Amino acid sequence: TINRAIQTAHARCRGSLGPWLPMRFITAEAKASAGRLDGKMREKTLTMDTLNPQVKAVEYAVRGPIVIKAGEIERYLEEGGTKPFSEVIKANIGDAHAMGQQPITFLRQVVALCTFPELMDSPSFPEDAKWRARRILQGCGGHSLGSYSASPGVECIRKDIAAYIEQRDEGVPSDWENIYLTTGASDGIMTILRLLVSGKDSSRTGVMIPIPQYPLYSAAISEMDAVQVNYYLDEDNCWALDINELHRAHQAAKQHCQPRVICIINPGNPTGQVQSKKCIEEVLHFAYEENLFVMSDEVYQDNVYAPDCQFHSFKKVLYEMGPEYFSSVELVSFHSTSKGYTGECGFRGGYMEVINMDPEVKAQLVKLLSVRLCPPLAGQAAMDVIVNPPQPEEHTFKQFHQEKSSVLGALAEKAKLTEQILNAVPGIKCNPVQGAMYAFPRIFIPPKAVEEAKALGMQPDMLYCLRLLEETGICVVPGSGFGQKDRTYHFRMTILPSIEKLNVLLGKVRDFHIRFLKEYSGLE
Amino acid sequence: FIKMLSNRTVSVLKWGRCEAYTAVYPKVPDRVLNFSPLPSLSSPNRNLSAFPAQVYMSENGALPRLGKVLTADTMNANVKKVDYAVRGPIVQRAVQIEKELKEGVKKPFEEVIKANIGDAHAMGQRPITFFRQVMALCTYPLLLDDNKFPEDVKNRARRILQSCGGNSIGAYTTSQGIDCVRHDVANYIQRRDGGIPSDPDNIYLTTGASDGIVTILKLLNTGEGRTRTGVMISIPQYPLYSASIAELGAVQVNYYLNEEKCWSLDISELQRSLQAAREHCNPSVLCIINPGNPTGQVQSRQCIEDVIQFAAKENLFLMADEVYQDNVYAEGCEFHSFKKVLFEMGPEYSSKVELASFHSTSKCYMGECGFRGGYMEVINMDPEVKAQLTKLVSVRLCPPAPGQALMDLVVNSPQPGEPSHQTFMKERTAILSALAEKAKLTEQILNTVPGISCNPVQGAMYSFPRITLPERSINEAKAKGQAPDMFYCMKLLEETGICLVPGSGFGQREGTYHFRMTILPPTDKLKTLLNKLKEFHQKFTQQYS
Repeated sequence: TINRAIQTAHARCRGSLGPWLPMRFITAEAKASAGRLDGKMREKTLTMDTLNPQVKAVEYAVRGPIVIKAGEIERYLEEGGTKPFSEVIKANIGDAHAMGQQPITFLRQVVALCTFPELMDSPSFPEDAKWRARRILQGCGGHSLGSYSASPGVECIRKDIAAYIEQRDEGVPSDWENIYLTTGASDGIMTILRLLVSGKDSSRTGVMIPIPQYPLYSAAISEMDAVQVNYYLDEDNCWALDINELHRAHQAAKQHCQPRVICIINPGNPTGQVQSKKCIEEVLHFAYEENLFVMSDEVYQDNVYAPDCQFHSFKKVLYEMGPEYFSSVELVSFHSTSKGYTGECGFRGGYMEVINMDPEVKAQLVKLLSVRLCPPLAGQAAMDVIVNPPQPEEHTFKQFHQEKSSVLGALAEKAKLTEQILNAVPGIKCNPVQGAMYAFPRIFIPPKAVEEAKALGMQPDMLYCLRLLEETGICVVPGSGFGQKDRTYHFRMTILPSIEKLNVLLGKVRDFHIRFLKEYSGLE
Repeated sequence: FIKMLSNRTVSVLKWGRCEAYTAVYPKVPDRVLNFSPLPSLSSPNRNLSAFPAQVYMSENGALPRLGKVLTADTMNANVKKVDYAVRGPIVQRAVQIEKELKEGVKKPFEEVIKANIGDAHAMGQRPITFFRQVMALCTYPLLLDDNKFPEDVKNRARRILQSCGGNSIGAYTTSQGIDCVRHDVANYIQRRDGGIPSDPDNIYLTTGASDGIVTILKLLNTGEGRTRTGVMISIPQYPLYSASIAELGAVQVNYYLNEEKCWSLDISELQRSLQAAREHCNPSVLCIINPGNPTGQVQSRQCIEDVIQFAAKENLFLMADEVYQDNVYAEGCEFHSFKKVLFEMGPEYSSKVELASFHSTSKCYMGECGFRGGYMEVINMDPEVKAQLTKLVSVRLCPPAPGQALMDLVVNSPQPGEPSHQTFMKERTAILSALAEKAKLTEQILNTVPGISCNPVQGAMYSFPRITLPERSINEAKAKGQAPDMFYCMKLLEETGICLVPGSGFGQREGTYHFRMTILPPTDKLKTLLNKLKEFHQKFTQQYS
């Protein structure tokens, strides 16, 4: 639709001046007549030439050109067009409900009660849900989800989050005043980066991010004109983080910027690795030594599938390293309602916990948040249910627990299945999906295909993914959108489709890949 | 050797508070160069001899102090410049006082009345039943089988859910917003504007209007020095504008509204302000708030036409903040959308002037602030720029789906003949007429106080009266480093529990003082509030004369 809109508008624009006039010329002509109001030649105020250049630099592959194309194909199919497939499967984004995952009943009951409190009288809602809803509403102005909350979030929800973190981290203290509700984790990540970005030229803030990364980071860095400092995860070692590589990246970056932040995604997106405790200790020590602010993106903390893996929060590990670390390393960790077993993306709920932040800066943070007034209340309420779920003694516990373990059990199964089927394909190599919601397999692309892509001005894995989409209806995101070592190619796919659908999808990927190899190896 | 140590290690050594840790991690430069592995954390190696004695004793003042990475000195300087009075120091103090009251501290009042922010539900306004019913069904679709909910409620909920991924409000929506919601918004605008067409492709759902405003400003922000984007804003203004301008490092260009003429907008003042700004920046945007916040004025059609003509002539991008479009109370006043006036001015304007207009679920009769719903309509935006806008909003994935659903209900409310229509209309009318009554009441009572003069509250949700402050109070405030109206509002809060925002937070002509108060408290409470204010003002004037 976007392309179509652009084309129509282009056509319209040219129509008025004659189709032979190229866009550039129109611009130049209009500049000459700027200020003159004969109407016909008035130039736009906001054009590609005058647009904020940082906005231009932003890229976000998860919703990039391939997804736009998928949307176009979907519409084409709806309008009765024919393709070699009957539906587009969007495996590009971690959107669980869109893939058919059912919401957790209890969570929705609480939010519905908060939304329409008349339901408190309804016998079809359990008491556990009612008292939680009542408690949340008591924390809202005028007992309504429609009032603004305090900018850091509803107080009782912040307290519940602190209690949850304390429990999760086996007693490591959490202060509710360090908790800030956010509009999804993305909002929190952007806000903290915004505080950190300063300086000019060689003193400009460098932000260390893993490669491959979740492109929110690179997009935010572009938008803020910070310096992206890449450290590469070790694909041969299950995408593990290598401390030597951190040193290398940091040393190299110091030549042209001031690296001040290190971002970690654990469990990894798109890589699915789960960091060991030792690895986290090394990262924290590195940050301590090099004076780096640590941002740990832990939105997949409940999504750990590999039996020998366990989620360790950066906060807990920092605490266990002793008071010198725990009282000095500045750490912000992020969580969200969108992932885990709830998959409530649409609510845009999330929080961040801020440790060791300078009190003056914290005041600035609160001020900055206040400009946007508050995160959505429904998202805050959903977050509250996640950190304060039914307890074993409550009536709703059984159903809640059943729903939760069925979602997580299915994800574990799908993680395994994806790895297995992909690894059976010649030319595809997939690390174990230890956690999160994605596989990020490496794909072999024949030199002829690489050349063809280059001739088209396209990344080779973009060509691959576009072909995959056109031929099978499967929408995955090319590895180039996340970053990868030179001359390696990948794609990211979610493991979210139902098992039956995932089986079909993986089979189609396999067939496509073999066909693609044959075609470009001249074996056809 | 000192040079080879990391800053942190050196400063740790300098502070001398943690020998143990530095010993565990002797920072040998080799490690960086040769990638030799770290000593294991679980078996601390307390080999102090790794450090020459002189390092331990180093008190060289030139060494960097161990400090935080992020401090007031090192943080983004633009963020520091951001000010947002509506939730500023006075509100923080109000929250503190509320806590003190709860803890049993004696005060000359029993409760804090927060008249600082347009937060209708917090002031006791009830949500519109129909909206909340549909929202409950969208949240918990099992209720679709409940016969207590009217059919039109169910139909709306079904329709919204059908356009959500997996029929769930928990799925991400497209970044521009749910398709059917954008269509409904376009239809609404078309109806509102007497048939002037609106294209769903021009509609972007937002996280409250603030989000949309910041996004558009972000697109427009460019240049360095004299070519830096200048943003023209009214004074007084809603401080979201000044805050965003500061955060983006753009240049704020003030044009003053005419207080003597009911806060109306004066074209010659626009001209003056633009000319002056062109000396030092590149003014390329003109922001208008209509109905006005904090001023409450409603712009005449003629005024809007003049503004559009001005924008066309001067090549300015127009941003029309129209979140109070349903809040018009004064006889003879009417809301005219910028879009409608633009199109009535003929194709020469309607095909050229770039306009973004903003709306929200937070104001009007809904007051659903917590849902963070809103939309913007962009007109005549360069198609390539529009693609960039779509890309930019995609990074944040999507606005909250419940807020989008609610926005849909606002633009697609119950129609005559539908089961919920009567109740809906009754609730809506009750809220709007109570607001009209309170607008009048506020103006009347305030104008009976010597030293307070209040323009008619024609629309929106605030009055912004001018207050005369005695010379002595001004001096005392200045001695404390406070704006005189901040001093006044703080005293008011401490003595009466009433929380208002000083005019200095919105901007005002030098030497004039104001405050902003909402007209949202229930009529009885509002009367009490106004009378307390009257007493306070008289006392204050006496005390400092």
